[in-house]
Amino acid sequence: MTEVNEAGGAPHVSLRGVTKRYGGVTALEGVDFSCRLGSIHAVLGENGAGKSTLIKIMSGVVRPDEGEMRIAGAPVEFRHPAEANRAGIVCIFQELSLLPDLTVADNISIADPPRRFGLIDSRAQRRRAEALLARIGCEDVNPLLRVRDLPLSRRQMVEIAKALAKDPKVLILDEATSALTAADVERVFGVLRRLKAEGVSILTISHRMHEIEAVADMCSVFRNGRHVETFAQGARSAGQIVEMMIGREISAQFPPKPAPTPKPPVMETKGLSWEGRLNGIDLHVGKGEIVGLGGLDGQGQKELLLALFGVLKGVSGEVKVSGKPVRVRSPLEAKRAGIDMALIPEDRKTEGLLLPMSIADNLLVASLDRLSKGPFIDAKAAAAAVEDGIRRLRIKIGDAGDPVATLSGGNQQKVVIAKWLMTGPKTILLNDPTRGIDVGTKQEIYRLLRELADAGAAILFYSTDYEELIGCCDRVAVMYDGRVRAELEGDEITERNIVASALAMDAREAAE
Amino acid sequence: MSDLAIRLRRNGGFLAAIGLFAAFYLFYHANHPRGFSVPVLIQNVNEAFTLAMVAMAQTLPVLTGGLDLSVGAVMTLVNCLASEVLTGGPLELAFGILLCLLTGALCGFVNGCVVVFGRIQPIIATLATGAIYMGLALFIRPSPGGKVDGDLSWAATNDLYEIAATYGFAEGGDAAWFQPIAWIPTPLILLILVPLLFWLPFARSVTGRTVYAIGSGEGAAWMSGLAIGRARIAAFTLGGFFAGMGGLYLALQTSSGNADIPQAGAYTLNSIAAVVVGGVSLLGGVGTAVGALFGALVLRTISFNFRIFEIDPLLQPLIEGVVLLAAVSLGAVRVLRVKNTLELFR
Repeated sequence: MTEVNEAGGAPHVSLRGVTKRYGGVTALEGVDFSCRLGSIHAVLGENGAGKSTLIKIMSGVVRPDEGEMRIAGAPVEFRHPAEANRAGIVCIFQELSLLPDLTVADNISIADPPRRFGLIDSRAQRRRAEALLARIGCEDVNPLLRVRDLPLSRRQMVEIAKALAKDPKVLILDEATSALTAADVERVFGVLRRLKAEGVSILTISHRMHEIEAVADMCSVFRNGRHVETFAQGARSAGQIVEMMIGREISAQFPPKPAPTPKPPVMETKGLSWEGRLNGIDLHVGKGEIVGLGGLDGQGQKELLLALFGVLKGVSGEVKVSGKPVRVRSPLEAKRAGIDMALIPEDRKTEGLLLPMSIADNLLVASLDRLSKGPFIDAKAAAAAVEDGIRRLRIKIGDAGDPVATLSGGNQQKVVIAKWLMTGPKTILLNDPTRGIDVGTKQEIYRLLRELADAGAAILFYSTDYEELIGCCDRVAVMYDGRVRAELEGDEITERNIVASALAMDAREAAE
Repeated sequence: MSDLAIRLRRNGGFLAAIGLFAAFYLFYHANHPRGFSVPVLIQNVNEAFTLAMVAMAQTLPVLTGGLDLSVGAVMTLVNCLASEVLTGGPLELAFGILLCLLTGALCGFVNGCVVVFGRIQPIIATLATGAIYMGLALFIRPSPGGKVDGDLSWAATNDLYEIAATYGFAEGGDAAWFQPIAWIPTPLILLILVPLLFWLPFARSVTGRTVYAIGSGEGAAWMSGLAIGRARIAAFTLGGFFAGMGGLYLALQTSSGNADIPQAGAYTLNSIAAVVVGGVSLLGGVGTAVGALFGALVLRTISFNFRIFEIDPLLQPLIEGVVLLAAVSLGAVRVLRVKNTLELFR
């Protein structure tokens, strides 16, 4: 340990000349990279920059085509994630690696459960889960619950507990905080800082600059499969980093907002309630208006979107579309003419896309009824619609017949959005649409939302990222405990106000 | 939510199967002229035992998310083998029993290897291997018959008194200390011992946990660094072992072997029904072999009830189908409670 401190952290894992190709695509090219013990190292880059491939190689999921990897100076070759685990490298992946049908306790100890007489000791396993959950401040999660029954943000915390159970020497977090609430992010950071002090090497991938500023001490930027630069955190400005990532300078992150004018409401709700999670929501979204939903995670924002889209049963209260009361009982009814809603769902892999099907099929799937002649799909109209959708969102693809699963995360999300735009929606509901997406695509999405609003759409937009709400929305409804706690407009939309309302503080208290 | 409530909710399908079985079986005894008597119980367990084993055999592949269409064939193959080898002295008999069980396990092992190394989906892999096992069974026993040791057969399919009487311990079954337990049917003991000795340890082993993990999400299981291939092969092997146990018992019960193709098919299909009634998810990852065992008991109890009500045999398949549909629908009741329709698809 003394050696580590003197050197300010010895290089522990190092990669030299690592190249990886998938078919014709080069994901990593001649990358030299190393990370030190007792440091928190942030890896930045747009989606498709090679970050994911980098950590997949380090954690034994894929093998490099060229180059070598060393741990503490000795060359290693992993054939399996378990081998990387044994060498002390543990990765928390962006796609959750939890088993939904098993309990929290089972999941946390899945790789190496405590045993008695050769069999799994469920009591010891439960105690271990409780201890690890307590360590990351999640005492409220009962280890007996099935993971399936937890909300996404809690699952992510379980995922982190599971990684800690393996006692990592190198801990890799791939977008591990993107689904977390601000309070949980702080707790995770606390754990990371403690691990760092214990001499663990931490590698984190995040798209949230303020999180990197808060926790990292080293940064590496990747672009197009190459390692651009590694520098001490703080040595470069945010603007310079963004420039390095996208290779071009960007003037403003968010498109300008129009001056506020009174807008006729497209969608209104009155006293919307459901199962104690929504407790009487009064909200309206006007024509050409972007309304943000803010607040801590799990205050009913997602349920509100699902209720509007007809996914929830037993919703009480009133919903009006263009002044007429409507009752939407399924997504099928939600997209019908007269209601014209679209929902960009929370989880694009399970709710947004048909992963094995082609890009073209995915683009068409919500508007098949519009593109058919009798019972058959009009091939010509469909091809035209696909081409139009790809062009409109500038989706980067090889061929529209490729499986959508082959696209990068950002492009997959564009497919989901393009699919719904084809239906010509008048109300667009978005559930955290920029989660796990690179900066460039995020900006394209912000611009697109503004264009759609200008063209007359009503947009209701839930985001866990306050910056996004501030930069994008004409109005922000901050939710707390299934109610709209505050509506902020114009200059009132500040981080301070959003946070104060999210914590259900009165404006006076916040000011004091 | 309390721990108990969480546990109850997690085992809903299993508890429903037990409830259903208890209801049907009590109804049967209440209406049987010699209801609530030991001979009726012995007869019932004998008739249910083989299906219970085959249902447990089916559970393991289903937990990994695949169907095994060869369980009936493996059961039949072992049944035919048993009708050849279960004769001779005690040593030969012990060797015969061991051979039968090993053959079942070997068939399962082969299934597992074909699925894992051939990367073939279980349903089609076992359709093929099942035909091969059936062919082997026909090769061993072209026509029904064979010979099974009479003493062993008698002892295994009656009560403990008959074991003592046959093999001459506990003063031929008449010892005073022996009387409180002398009435217990031997197959009932086996029916409790087999899951206790083989299923429960497996379910609590790392390999068993891995089997659940595969059915719940194979990608996540792989990324968690679990030995997926090994667990899959283990699941099929233990499944084959249970199917072999069923075939062995059928030979003891009928004192013969019979390579009956329709019978093998019926066992396979009933095993799938039993698994579902017992609360095992066909998508994998949820349920237990004990649940499937109760599922098998539910199915058998339905046909017991036919007998006492003297239902026209021509009507029986129809009624059986309706009852089965109703029983499976019980599992769908949760759909009515789900308030977020998205959860139906997870």
